[in-house]
Amino acid sequence: MNVQIISSLITLGGLGLLFGAVLAYASKIFHVEKDPRIEKINEALPQANCGGCGYPGCLNYAEAVVIENAKMTLCAPGGEETVNRIAEILGVEAEAQNPMVAVVRCQGAHGIAKDKFLYEGIEDCNAENLLLGGHKACEYGCLGHGSCVKACPFDAMAMLDNGLPTVFEDKCTACGICVETCPKGIMQLLPRSQKVFLGCVNKNSGKVVREVCSVGCIGCGLCAKPNITPSEKIIMSDNLPLVPEDWEDFNMAVKRCPTKSFVVRIPSEEEEPAEEVAKEESV
Amino acid sequence: MRTFPGGVHPFEGKSYTEKKKIEKLPRPKQVTIPLQQHIGAPTKPLVEKGQEVKAGEKLAEAEGYVSVPVHASVSGKVKALEDIDHPVAGRGPAVIIEAGETEEWIETIKIDEKYQDLSSDEMRKRIQDAGLAGLGGATFPTHVKLKPPEDKKIDVALLNGVECEPYLTADHRLMLEYPADIIRGFRIIMKILGVKRGIIGIEKNKKDAAEVMKKQIAGEGDMEVMVLPVKYPQGAEKQLIKAALDREVPSGGLPMDIGAVVQNVGTAKAIYDAVSSCRPLTERVVTVTGPGIKEPKNLLIPIGTHYQDIIDFCGGLTEKAAKIIMGGPMMGIAQPNLKVPVIKGTSGILVLEGKQAHLPFEEPCINCGRCVEVCPSHLLPTTLQRLVYHERFEEAGKLHLMDCIECGSCSYICPANRYLVQSIRHGKRQLLRLRKKAG
Repeated sequence: MNVQIISSLITLGGLGLLFGAVLAYASKIFHVEKDPRIEKINEALPQANCGGCGYPGCLNYAEAVVIENAKMTLCAPGGEETVNRIAEILGVEAEAQNPMVAVVRCQGAHGIAKDKFLYEGIEDCNAENLLLGGHKACEYGCLGHGSCVKACPFDAMAMLDNGLPTVFEDKCTACGICVETCPKGIMQLLPRSQKVFLGCVNKNSGKVVREVCSVGCIGCGLCAKPNITPSEKIIMSDNLPLVPEDWEDFNMAVKRCPTKSFVVRIPSEEEEPAEEVAKEESV
Repeated sequence: MRTFPGGVHPFEGKSYTEKKKIEKLPRPKQVTIPLQQHIGAPTKPLVEKGQEVKAGEKLAEAEGYVSVPVHASVSGKVKALEDIDHPVAGRGPAVIIEAGETEEWIETIKIDEKYQDLSSDEMRKRIQDAGLAGLGGATFPTHVKLKPPEDKKIDVALLNGVECEPYLTADHRLMLEYPADIIRGFRIIMKILGVKRGIIGIEKNKKDAAEVMKKQIAGEGDMEVMVLPVKYPQGAEKQLIKAALDREVPSGGLPMDIGAVVQNVGTAKAIYDAVSSCRPLTERVVTVTGPGIKEPKNLLIPIGTHYQDIIDFCGGLTEKAAKIIMGGPMMGIAQPNLKVPVIKGTSGILVLEGKQAHLPFEEPCINCGRCVEVCPSHLLPTTLQRLVYHERFEEAGKLHLMDCIECGSCSYICPANRYLVQSIRHGKRQLLRLRKKAG
């Protein structure tokens, strides 16, 4: 009995030692020099594998940062903290990052924007868009099947009862997947510091827009007038005002916009003075 | 009898109009002519608002080789250049012409007795200048199809008189009423391609047309009429080639890869008009039909005519009319209003009633495999749909997603009303987008 146990122990132990020796030898022979920083950076990344940086996953991005000198600010979910960690690992100065957020640039909810036909088929915006551009009379309008919501890897979006999507800004990491998914180009990334944006992307003339939606920008250009926006930061292009990142004197424009097309993200603190200007204006 | 594998037998519905002669629609008061009516590069407008134009005048020029110009279908004044409801693209730019009191045509249209002496290149030039795009409905520029690359040896030309799409009878009537022009057009096609064999494919439900065509080609030794059994989608070019020649277009390939070129009978007539008299494509035969229309008709309609004018001429809509489709019930596109114009690819205007107009609700797949049985491209529609629903487009691509011809046989046969063809269509576009992004 004992002999059997001992002999099997010796055999298996011997085999183990032998394989161990082979493996140890092989690891020396076939050793691949890998930059240890890749592993470190990979650990610093959030491991969401969202693809927002443009690489298939976090490890690929880590490799790209070390080997291809990719920008260290591409990881939106990680934010500033990750950029600092990467800079620390690479031993360089952290690049400045401008935090972004996704916004919905359509306010054409049910009953506000007109429909041109009844759609029956797959509940997917990209699929519907192939059929004459979808059921909305406005060719630029949100189709409301929530393809952006389904695509969001961070649960930062939801469909509202009015047929439009909404973004939870605290959860949004600005990975940009919703922007890519939307066939109508309604989703857009904005700097988090931007206080106001235009909730419409319809480039048609005012007459056409009025026929299809009551909150669509008609391109009247009122907001670009110097008496409405003294800083003259608004430029009209393709029947739409281009809203700059640092637009501060927007209160009057938001108030006077005949179609109420602007969406205020962060209300201005200078509410009162703006009111006064408005009064002076009307006098 | 020869045919292709797969396919379905939908309700034919041809009795509404198959006995009705082609009538000419009275000149419309206003036409809306979209600048993009073909597959390929867009066109560049040549006219301005307020300008007087003659019928047949070029309104927009082809930009690039895979593109064809657009011509005025009536004489009159350009009222506007603006975006309109396009029957295929949804929205698109168009020239709106207010018809003048009298019809004035351009002077360049005259019969050229010696057209047969023209070289292939000169003929192709006339075809492109006439704005010809496949009138069967796909609207691919005709001159491009007639110039296969040097390394592709074409040995047979096929004339497509199959008209497998239910309800439509435009090609049927053309074959009965203009057989001589069609055959002359086919002769031009054969000359341009330099082929010695021509086959005219016609389905068995159009025996009278087959007889007329047979009589017409008597004495022309290199042409033959082939009568095929009735089955949808036999009029799709790859399926027609399989049925008539028993040759299979390889996955991802074109008919020219196996030495064949297919042209529709309507296109053949237009080719004859273009080459023999430099007549631009300004009108086409459209079947206006369906249970929702009071007097179904086959009409010769100027391009750009609004659906409203056509439907008024056909006695109007019935009370139960619920859906207006450009084309046939299988592959046609439902239209949002009656302001949309007839374009080069409008083979029919079909009006359906009540329940016919609605898509039934999608139910779970029961794995019966009928879609696989009927798919003429040998695909697995149900598997492809599942992959598309889960956005696994690349995997679907490996299962030859791109070979789908979007005939809709799978959706037609599915007992669970799965939106098979729609999901595959969606998947194809998404896969193309992904591939473009990847470069």
